[in-house]
Amino acid sequence: MKETLLSLKNVSKAFDGKTVLDSLDLNILDGEFITLLGPSGCGKTTLLRLVAGFEQPDTGSVTLSGHDITHAVPEHRPLNTVFQNYALFPHMSVYDNVAYGLKMERRPKDEIRQRVDDVLAMVQLQNFARRKPHQLSGGQQQRVAIARAVVKRPQLLLLDEPLSALDYKLRRTMQVELKRLQRELGITFVFVTHDQEEALSMSDRVVVLKDGAVQQLGTPREIYERPANLFTARFVGETNLFPGYLASVGDEAITVDILGLRRTLQKPAFDVRKGEQVSVLLRPEDIRVLAPEDEQGLAGKIVERNYKGSTLDSVIHLEDGTEVLASEFFDEDDPTFDYKLGELVRVSWVDGWEWLLPVELEPVNEEAEGLATDA
Amino acid sequence: MSRWLPKTYLTLVYILLYLPILVLVVFSFNSSRTGYRWGGLSLEWYQSLFNNHAMVQAMWNSLWLALVAATVSTIIGALTALALHRYRFRGKRMLRGMLFVVMMSPEIVLAISLLALFLLVGIQLGFISLLLAHVTFCLPFVVITVMARLSGFDESLPEAARDLGANDFTMTRTVLIPVIMPALLAGWLLGFTLSLDDVVVSTFVSGPSYEILPLRIYSMVRVGLKPEVNALGTLLLVFSLTMLMLSQWILTRSKR
Repeated sequence: MKETLLSLKNVSKAFDGKTVLDSLDLNILDGEFITLLGPSGCGKTTLLRLVAGFEQPDTGSVTLSGHDITHAVPEHRPLNTVFQNYALFPHMSVYDNVAYGLKMERRPKDEIRQRVDDVLAMVQLQNFARRKPHQLSGGQQQRVAIARAVVKRPQLLLLDEPLSALDYKLRRTMQVELKRLQRELGITFVFVTHDQEEALSMSDRVVVLKDGAVQQLGTPREIYERPANLFTARFVGETNLFPGYLASVGDEAITVDILGLRRTLQKPAFDVRKGEQVSVLLRPEDIRVLAPEDEQGLAGKIVERNYKGSTLDSVIHLEDGTEVLASEFFDEDDPTFDYKLGELVRVSWVDGWEWLLPVELEPVNEEAEGLATDA
Repeated sequence: MSRWLPKTYLTLVYILLYLPILVLVVFSFNSSRTGYRWGGLSLEWYQSLFNNHAMVQAMWNSLWLALVAATVSTIIGALTALALHRYRFRGKRMLRGMLFVVMMSPEIVLAISLLALFLLVGIQLGFISLLLAHVTFCLPFVVITVMARLSGFDESLPEAARDLGANDFTMTRTVLIPVIMPALLAGWLLGFTLSLDDVVVSTFVSGPSYEILPLRIYSMVRVGLKPEVNALGTLLLVFSLTMLMLSQWILTRSKR
């Protein structure tokens, strides 16, 4: 059983009267890789800065392994930060950058040399120790920033969108690298990102933030497959949202009418009553596109198709105007399958993969989608 | 034609700019007593310059004054720039504006008002009054040079230093000052040069106890141009060219 390492209780923060964090509670476990995910302005960076000590909360407390560090200055906190723009000291060599934290601890020279050499070897920069930061590529600077932060063996490593300045391919490499480092070092990583793919692939747990409040906290699988609300569902991955009417409600099972299709589903955790409406969520990869003469499914036509390499993504207009996103894998039976625009099809989905949410008032809608696309 | 016209024009401009300086340098090596005839190569004016004790004393006075004035204004100016950059406080805009007022106002105005102030407060005209005056007009230049550097300063650098265990003082010593060092040096050099060749303000606020070079030269040339002045001018030219190249070298090296 993992123990709580960092705990935020009832933390609020406002800048110039604008609330950035709203009585937020969060427990981070020892040794986990936890990601703070959310659109720009959701408060994730402020949260990180509060933990690092660059900001003070208006209310609430921050506790690190049992010690209250709410008002401790940054230099007294046993945690380190990897900054978004790396913040390498431009006038120092790679070696001196990495050694800086140990020099502040007044460690003996031999120990400093040994530890800096070790950590530079770990990030594969042992041959670059004498270079200045501006003589390194973006990926190398990134690794120096990480080396500089982990050489002090902090209890907690904070990473503020550390990969956002790298190109796609390098980003992928660094994601794997960071995971490896985290496993080897056993340090708790708190990783901030607005990239949901990055969050899902790297983390043990993900915290979805919006407007300074936690929307959901869970494993990547829980976040993706069982989103707690529409915001999370929309922010993390693509989503099809269908209106569902509760045709009958039993003790264990319920029957839902989805655009005329009746499905019997397990009763959800929230309160349901017969005749009420629910939101039915289906991921594009849950959707099955069938031939037009098929008995089951909803009739529609293809209005868009995108070849994505491993999948064929399509947009289908149902007869009532609803748009459905579908994402299908190529398989060995029919490696050349494709759609023509305007082709008539029927739409169904894998039974039992529906996820139900209570109906929410919609103004959230546009905002969430706008932010998701700009992120 | 369209090709050589701009070139000729440019050449003319440069000749006009640099010919007098060239003449000064050449005639400093002229052995003829009257300055308008070439009498052969000689270093006698350099010799007589260094035998002129009043002149040498004035030169040392000027160098010392420039050194102290540049250093004092760099320290005050750097702290002012840091305050203007880092903190939000009442009257910040006014403070910044007032620096420009000092920089833009005619020197004669500054000279008269400083003289009036010194007489009013009872400061004897001499080294102290010169120093105060020179620091006053050097200060805005230093502040602006340092602020320009700070505006491009990465705000996460101090945070990174704090995060790695440095307190505010150590961070300033090991990160902030080294990063803005080129601007401090540039500001210092600017102040040094400004102080060294100031005439207007110095005329008003200097006293008989402390004679400085520009005023000494001025009083010399009033009774006729001595070739010694040419020698002195050449030395000053070499000196300021060296300083200029030094500051350029520091700035380009730090940009990399």
